[in-house]
Amino acid sequence: MFDQFDPADNKMLQVIDNNGKVISKELMPKLSDDEMLKLYKDMLFVRTLDHMIVSYQRQGRVYTYPPNYGQEAIGVAAGAVLRHDDWLVPAFRELGAWLAKGATMKDVFMFNMGFEEGTKFAGANHMLPSSVPIASQLLHAAGIGYAVKYEKKDEVVMAFVGDGGTSEGDFHEALNFAGVWKVPVIFVVQNNQYAISVPVKMQTASINMAIKSKAYGIKGIKVDGNDIFAMLAAFRYAHEYARKESQAVLIEAITYRKGAHTTSDDPTKYRTTDEEKEWDLKDPLRRMKLFLEKKKLWSDAEEEKLVEEYNKEIDRQFIETEQTVSYPLEDVFKYTYAEMPQDLRDQQIEHEKFLQWKNARK
Amino acid sequence: MKAMNIVNAVNDALDIKLTEDKSVVVYGEDVGYEGGVFRVTEGLQQKHGVERVFDSPLAESGIAGTAVGMAAAGLRPVVEMQFCGFIYPAFNQIISHVTRMHNRSRGKYKMPIVIRLPYGGGINALEHHSESMEAIFAHIPGLKVVVPSTPHDAKGLLISAIESDDPVLFLEPKRIYRAIKQEVSEEKFSVPIGKAKVLSQGTDVTVVAYGAMIREVQKAMVMAKEAGYSVELIDLRTIYPLDKETITASVKKTGRIIFVGEEPRSFGVGSEIIALANEEAFLHLEAPPKRVAAFDVIVPYPRGEHHYMITPEKIFYEIERTIKF
Repeated sequence: MFDQFDPADNKMLQVIDNNGKVISKELMPKLSDDEMLKLYKDMLFVRTLDHMIVSYQRQGRVYTYPPNYGQEAIGVAAGAVLRHDDWLVPAFRELGAWLAKGATMKDVFMFNMGFEEGTKFAGANHMLPSSVPIASQLLHAAGIGYAVKYEKKDEVVMAFVGDGGTSEGDFHEALNFAGVWKVPVIFVVQNNQYAISVPVKMQTASINMAIKSKAYGIKGIKVDGNDIFAMLAAFRYAHEYARKESQAVLIEAITYRKGAHTTSDDPTKYRTTDEEKEWDLKDPLRRMKLFLEKKKLWSDAEEEKLVEEYNKEIDRQFIETEQTVSYPLEDVFKYTYAEMPQDLRDQQIEHEKFLQWKNARK
Repeated sequence: MKAMNIVNAVNDALDIKLTEDKSVVVYGEDVGYEGGVFRVTEGLQQKHGVERVFDSPLAESGIAGTAVGMAAAGLRPVVEMQFCGFIYPAFNQIISHVTRMHNRSRGKYKMPIVIRLPYGGGINALEHHSESMEAIFAHIPGLKVVVPSTPHDAKGLLISAIESDDPVLFLEPKRIYRAIKQEVSEEKFSVPIGKAKVLSQGTDVTVVAYGAMIREVQKAMVMAKEAGYSVELIDLRTIYPLDKETITASVKKTGRIIFVGEEPRSFGVGSEIIALANEEAFLHLEAPPKRVAAFDVIVPYPRGEHHYMITPEKIFYEIERTIKF
């Protein structure tokens, strides 16, 4: 597969076209009808959850949120290949992978409501917290890869970054370390065309991002990130390769961030509606839905009903989260160190004395 | 017991931990085959294998960042930054992840990482090889900062650092790497992090110092003794968490405090020590607390370094002024 889609030829792995028609049968991943439907439903769930969180943000019930809208296929396909013991090193726009690893809606809500508890992902085995300093997390993936290899474990590491992140030094150091160390790490660049407002052509003079793999002696492949079958085919192949050969892979997923960078961003300032319309035709859910409809596996009526169910469940859990969260003072002090220094204890006690005084004044 | 200098003592501590704990790995630039530019890790790769003691690519952010991943996956990485002035590419990883991952994951991922850092001046080195910027690191929540001044403490503190579930910046005073030999036990022992040591009891003034400055203070104390002054010397050993009790008790006894450090004077470790003396022992003070530290300038190139380094005469001068205040 890596030879067939050599990044130097600027080829892109694609399985279905914009109308959901299969254009390369031999690359279509083996999937039962139920498995296909699950992929679609997972994307639909991510999209519904994403829209709901944005609306909660507009209502002032969560803080800043980075929408996944338009990029659902990548995270969902990643989630479909990650095993229980595989590692997920997230950036912040691959919700489908988070949920597949065991992150809960409550985690996601709490994260965006402003609680560290929301980046613990207590129920998600081998998943790091989401990383805000761009591309810095990729080095963690290389380090985990070293540990996996050192301990001779059958585990694969998958790490995410955006197109802007490929300009950071840590991106290059991570690929270089992983290449030299020969560790099973899949680096995924979600090339959604913009780093906030800066278009991808201002990030690099390379013909694509996947070609950067060559400089580090690892395999790379450019994939249609809005084609869930292509993403799944690439992830399955890369996963097998990383595992069997103990080697790193760079996957560039071509996609489009249909929403804003975060809820604080206004994309109308830096892109045109013509461009947005063009990408609407490539929308990952639209394409898969057309495919499923042709196979008579899905209909508008079913979709409407399911989205309604999703909305209800999401809202129920959101309200439950809103009503149960709290942030006690001790949590401010408790986690800075595994073993809390006496001085921090003293600072807490000092502050509690102030609080007692304050309460007594009332 | 065996005669060891600080280089031998650090090597011995690494050897002991590598032997008893398979989760310990040691890496950095030139650390593996050659044994480090100061030969601190010499022989360890040959003994413990290239998977456990190895040369990394030349990239400090990469070294610190991969250590975060290894720690998350259950290893205890001990990494070397070749010289103090080269740690800054790793600064983002240290301040953004090494020190935050435990908090961000609410304790799910501990960060038992040791970053070894040869620091300090007085060795006629090139630019970027002589700084003492420990205050920058002591200021970062989530990090512990340790500085031995003797072979015994170097060994014991490094063992504690490797066993700590929190990240530790382990500063090695390279000026005295080979200057002091001491009989050190070949057995495993540890020196606790966060405990200062009173090296000499005295009644007139408390001097707080660490690392290579301890020796300079001790030379000044010979002059002080001749002049009839009784100096209490505290070796800090750990900058953070600071041993407030030991310092406070001493200041209450002597009524005077001088900090000696080779760091730039303003906003430094010394400033913290003086603040402590004021907050905790204000009514016991008989003279203004004093910082004897470097100028707030870039460390001069070797030909100018003699203007910059703290000398025993300078320390004695300030001891006398403080006592006679």
